[in-house]
Amino acid sequence: MTDAGRYEHNLVCFATLGKDQPASLRTYRELGGYEVWEKILSGALTREQIIDSVKASGLRGRGGAGFPTGVKWSFMPKDSPGQKYVVCNSDESEPGTCHDREILRFNPHSVIEGMAIGGFAMGATVGYNYIRGEFLDEPVPVFEAAVQEAYAAGLLGRNIRGSGIDFDLQTFVGAGAYICGEETGLLESLEGKPGKPRFKPPFPAAFGLYGRPTTINNTQSFASVPTILRRGPQWFADLGPEGSGGTGLFSVSGHVARPGNFELPLGIPFRDLLEIAGGVREERGLKAVIPGGSSVPVVPGAVIMDATMDYNSLKNIGTSLGTGAVIVMDDTTCMVSVLRRIARFYYAESCGQCTPCREGTGWLYRMLSRILDGQGRREDLKLLLDVANRIEGHTICALGDAAAWPVQSFLRHFMPEFEYMIEHRGRSIVESRPEAA
Amino acid sequence: MATTGTNELSPALRAEIDRWVARFPEGRQRSAVIAALHAAQHENHGYLTRELMEGVAAYLGMPVIQVYEVATFYSMFETKPVGRHSISVCTNISCMLCGGEKILEHVEKRLGIKVGESSPDGRFYLKREEECLAACCGAPMMMVDHRYYENLTPARVDEILDGIDDAGESSHD
Repeated sequence: MTDAGRYEHNLVCFATLGKDQPASLRTYRELGGYEVWEKILSGALTREQIIDSVKASGLRGRGGAGFPTGVKWSFMPKDSPGQKYVVCNSDESEPGTCHDREILRFNPHSVIEGMAIGGFAMGATVGYNYIRGEFLDEPVPVFEAAVQEAYAAGLLGRNIRGSGIDFDLQTFVGAGAYICGEETGLLESLEGKPGKPRFKPPFPAAFGLYGRPTTINNTQSFASVPTILRRGPQWFADLGPEGSGGTGLFSVSGHVARPGNFELPLGIPFRDLLEIAGGVREERGLKAVIPGGSSVPVVPGAVIMDATMDYNSLKNIGTSLGTGAVIVMDDTTCMVSVLRRIARFYYAESCGQCTPCREGTGWLYRMLSRILDGQGRREDLKLLLDVANRIEGHTICALGDAAAWPVQSFLRHFMPEFEYMIEHRGRSIVESRPEAA
Repeated sequence: MATTGTNELSPALRAEIDRWVARFPEGRQRSAVIAALHAAQHENHGYLTRELMEGVAAYLGMPVIQVYEVATFYSMFETKPVGRHSISVCTNISCMLCGGEKILEHVEKRLGIKVGESSPDGRFYLKREEECLAACCGAPMMMVDHRYYENLTPARVDEILDGIDDAGESSHD
């Protein structure tokens, strides 16, 4: 039916996966690792060349927002004196997303080299990798060991190999808060405070960590940079379609036969990705997909079947590539239950500083709960949408939007399920089927 | 902010905090508060006491209220006594689709406690986990004393719970 076997896997961030001792410096070097950094140390690459290459590669922020990385780097003040910082956002916590954990465990040196290159390009001599607290047991020690290895090999530190270039890298460990994935919430957390996002402007490039110019990029974004510079921006750009350079790390989870993390070129047809993940489990029908983590709008299976996995195609069907977390739901899924679980998450994780989000997320959750409990009223459906619309766009950070979009999209595409449940006092359309979620 | 005799931190804890303070610029030791609370909680077998929070505040030269704020904002910190082994069953979307709720029910039944409670013997704490723990392709999953266990079945859960060793890697953070 498709030719899903023709794709090359693991071209960039997962290059070390499946190798012997994937996280080691030796393995990373065997694949061309630190060649770019050594070229920089020898004086053969300028800051401008690096930023121009990252721009030309088409790399867009992989944390969810998709902002062009090279453009973000160019926002850092060039010649201002004083300390600047680069920060890696390894606070991976968008529901459905689990590929940065794999980079940290299996290819940590790509993140270290990417941060060092970014630091040099932006004039930042200190970097912090903010890793979520729950990664304390395995990803944190693996990453820290890699940093120590890089120091021991003379790849980090002050006046590295007599180049006059300084770059120090530290690990930071969070303590459980989804909101710290928002870049200014993350900076607050790095400063030892509750992770409440800052009002913007000023943006971090002007006023970041400790008030100094700072750029924050996602783990996958940093991990992509060394390969972009080694193989050339055109090579990277050509992997995907127009507007979507490079590879995506797709975490395919939910009702598929072989869930997994797959690094594949952006622009891969959804149907091929689904086939690579083994198809819908037990050959059931595909009901719906959330293609980029729980914050992006859900789309019906029939709609995404003809889409490709890149920024433009997913935008055209009313959703987003987000983090590349592809959550697959088969035809036994109760969409009301799923939406309530999503609503509970945003309610629990709202930091509470903006009234529409603090109050609205709880209201959404309570209304969905009462529908499931058989106490729903017809007017609740209008009210759900009304509350979601009043959160969207009215908060300091994007968590408010992320709480609103699922409600809007679930109601847009699956309204009859909600109506059925209200009319039948909590009974789901799919309830008679034993495996219903 | 005054340091009192009762709030003195142990030498091991102070050494651990010093290791973190060194990662930040001069005068920015507040950045080490999360690491300090992780270490203090670990030393106290899984939860923070008021004395420990006051001790951390005094050691880092911070107002106590700022330490309370951090300790109550982040979900990994416990400010009330809880069981020694912390269990978090993920029920976020990917795990929910793969039976995470049933795994949670199984753990509740097996330990005889509800989510959010500790067992009367003080061995287990079944934490109410709101976040996705980023192991979605191995759903359903749970975390026990920071360790991830994926592709769970009730039988596998029993095996994991039976294997918890109080003498070894005993206390969670």
